[in-house]
Amino acid sequence: MSTDTPRQLTLRILRSSPGEGIAPHWQDFHVEEAEGMTLFIALNEIRDTLDPSLQFDFVCRAGICGSCGMLIDGRPGLACRSLTRDFGPLITLAPLPVFALIGDLSVDTGSWMRGTAERLETWIHSRAEADLMAVEAPMAPELAEAIYELDRCIECGCCVAGCGTLRMREDFVGAVGLNKIARFRLDPRDERSDEDYYELIGDDNGVFGCMSLLGCHDVCPKGLPLQTQIAFLRRRMVAVGLK
Amino acid sequence: MTRMLERSAALSAAVARPAQEIPLSLTHAAAHPPRRRSRWPARLDLLQSASGLFLALFLVAHMFFVSSILISQEAFYTVARFFEGAYFLATPQPWIVSCVVGGVLAVFVLHAWLALRKFPASFRQYKAFAEHRTRLRHDDTGLWWLQLWTGFALFFLAGIHLYGMLVHPEMIGPYESADRVWTGSMWPLYLLLLFAAEIHGSIGLYRLALKWDWLPGRNPDAARRRLRLLKTAFSLFFIGLGLVSLLAYGRLGIAHAERAGERYVPGGDGRLATTLAGGAGVMPAHVPGRQGD
Ligand code: HEM
Ligand code: SF4
Ligand code: SF4
Ligand code: FES
Repeated sequence: MSTDTPRQLTLRILRSSPGEGIAPHWQDFHVEEAEGMTLFIALNEIRDTLDPSLQFDFVCRAGICGSCGMLIDGRPGLACRSLTRDFGPLITLAPLPVFALIGDLSVDTGSWMRGTAERLETWIHSRAEADLMAVEAPMAPELAEAIYELDRCIECGCCVAGCGTLRMREDFVGAVGLNKIARFRLDPRDERSDEDYYELIGDDNGVFGCMSLLGCHDVCPKGLPLQTQIAFLRRRMVAVGLK
Repeated sequence: MTRMLERSAALSAAVARPAQEIPLSLTHAAAHPPRRRSRWPARLDLLQSASGLFLALFLVAHMFFVSSILISQEAFYTVARFFEGAYFLATPQPWIVSCVVGGVLAVFVLHAWLALRKFPASFRQYKAFAEHRTRLRHDDTGLWWLQLWTGFALFFLAGIHLYGMLVHPEMIGPYESADRVWTGSMWPLYLLLLFAAEIHGSIGLYRLALKWDWLPGRNPDAARRRLRLLKTAFSLFFIGLGLVSLLAYGRLGIAHAERAGERYVPGGDGRLATTLAGGAGVMPAHVPGRQGD
């Protein structure tokens, strides 16, 4: 890319405001590309210089908080981790589907994620009386590593928006929830058995609903091993089903 | 919204008591009512894959049997009589073929019935997926769409073919099959069936490997790329073999059109049998036997 003549970018943004009754419509904004520009930077420039009413979410700017998921040229991704130079001069931005729309690019992933967490009971289930003074039981480094690998999920919702099954059937659990089940299943502190997990994901809205389209796997900005985790859970849950 | 808090069993258990009393870690008893979830979804999911695998393996074997016409008419005749038990029983028994076809038909119906669960159940769902697919431009999502449509086509195409074989098992042989292809006007159906079945079967096998994680090698993403190549090679090979075989039947059918309905007798009709031996290798126009008829 030539450095002397910066590209003129057009950001075509799907704007709407359900609260104010503003129906979805596309609006173009023009910005000059800068070195190492991310969509986060471009969007802030638009808000600062062109339209202060533009709504979008950011917290960390570093792919950690999971707030900035949006459809970038139709594909779910994190705006703060997307460099404009990886895209053409016209970039379309739309809010993630599935989640409740707040306005413009801002959606409420939080309520959805919380609903999933409650539906799947994604917390440690233990009968042991918690002793806050006791030293924690040690864990093998490999196991801690494996749990941590799955715990890297930032609940950005990209996998949810990338899943064709979920787009058709809103009750489908989605990869983010299945990944969490896989994570707690690994955790020795969680006393739940596969039979218990079957109660949570053993139906066509759970792991058996997944049609292995792998949209989730391919769009996850954290590169979580969703394909292998879902396949693993499927095998475990079929084993319960055959017992 | 379907994920509202009140839908969660855990929450209703928690809400039932004052907030301060919610234990830090809910125990099994609190989290799970004794109700036991049906085991059928698990079994059906496995059956879907098992029936698909069976049909795909059948498809491979079937293609090799059918393509024996490329070796010689005699070879195909031998294969056909073999499945009628001609080599272990006193006389050929076509009903054995009907039984095999009946078995395949049963698995086919089971598989289609299970697959119906995955079809878009309403126009709204259909549109949601179609839009999603167009926007996402994602290979595997597109493959599923292809699998859906080829599967839908197979309902009709494979259904007609299987029914024919079920009720006329004795009409399988070099002339009999060639006449069906040409004089019986089945070749357009077979052509569509070939593409639909091979595309559907190869994507199905690919998906099976991903679904159950039978990936070769340690790196799943690299394995998936390799698997996709394999899938394409599988489709192309069997479509190619199928096309050449269908061409052979078509040519034989054209050559045999005037005597359509005549059964093949090995070594019986010297002229047609020998001049047409090799099927694909002989152009009908060059068949001297035709002028003599
Ligand atoms: C009436 C005809 C058929 C229909 C409607 C149909 C439909 C489908 C559909 C929609 C799927 C995807 C299921 C899913 O995503 O979970 C599927 C999977 C599959 N089909 Fe078919 N199919 C038919 C016939 C066949 C035939 C003849 C074969 C053999 C080549 C075959 C082999 C497979 C395989 C191997 C799978 C993967 C199984 C799995 O995902 O668990 N199907 N079929
Ligand atoms: S699994 Fe990946 S895509 Fe899905 S919410 Fe977590 S980080 Fe985002
Ligand atoms: S693999 Fe399963 S969860 Fe992931 S996108 Fe496909 S259907 Fe959805
Ligand atoms: S702003 Fe936190 S992930 Fe993008």
